[in-house]
Amino acid sequence: MSNSLDSYLVLSGFLFAIGTFGFLARRNAISMLMSIELMLNAVNLSILAFGAFVAPLKTHASVIALVVIAVAAAEATVGLAIVIAIYRNRRTPLVDEYDSMRE
Amino acid sequence: MPIGDSIPPVGIRWDDALFVVLAATLLGSALMVVTLRDIIRCGLALTVSFASLAGIYALLGDPLVAATQILVYIGAISVLILFAIMMTQTKNAPARLVFQTQAWVAAVASVALAVVIAVAALATTWPAGGQRLSTATADVAHLLFSEYVLPFEVVGVLLTAAVVGAVYLARREPGRRDEDRP
Repeated sequence: MSNSLDSYLVLSGFLFAIGTFGFLARRNAISMLMSIELMLNAVNLSILAFGAFVAPLKTHASVIALVVIAVAAAEATVGLAIVIAIYRNRRTPLVDEYDSMRE
Repeated sequence: MPIGDSIPPVGIRWDDALFVVLAATLLGSALMVVTLRDIIRCGLALTVSFASLAGIYALLGDPLVAATQILVYIGAISVLILFAIMMTQTKNAPARLVFQTQAWVAAVASVALAVVIAVAALATTWPAGGQRLSTATADVAHLLFSEYVLPFEVVGVLLTAAVVGAVYLARREPGRRDEDRP
């Protein structure tokens, strides 16, 4: 089981779907950012699984995964700063109350 | 004392058992992240899922990425998320409704997505071997600083810009007080 690429890909797909659900369904902006982190982790897992099972991709996958981790860190920093800046103005972290551009 | 290839009384291979335990922990804590009511607990469950994912990376023979996962995700991003949670929690925020009103549509869509990904992954014959190959850290370092040196530098610039931008966005504007703060 741990020696087949399929099980890792299915695991990564399930993790990505859980992240998608959280991003679409949660009301809190920070919950949505956490779901984005879950999706990025799922993508990283599939990259590393391909790297571990396909010989020509072996080392490249690790490098790409490291770059993805760094970009995810940058994304989390900016995203949380935006949430805090909006919270300062609107006093709520719930995204469905950010509707001042609607009318 | 060397331990055998499989768990003695049941005959399950150690790496299979580890994979099942880590995958169950990962999916369970990820489900807790998206369903729990208390957002602090969501943040802590997110930390657990990062840790089990680091275990899976180590199982895939990639100790450097596993260590980076622990350092960056558990050490930095989890702490950042917990700080942001504590800065944006209000007592009068409605905690009763954590989902959007159309959350069931999202549930149906993500279950469909999971099924599609699983079917696609299982139905494709990948050009993959049946054995995990472990990655030597020295090879990763050599590749990172020879062929991938431009992405490495760009990521450095990106991280600097992101941190400066985050400080600019989150800073308190001078001369403006946050109202109704006790």
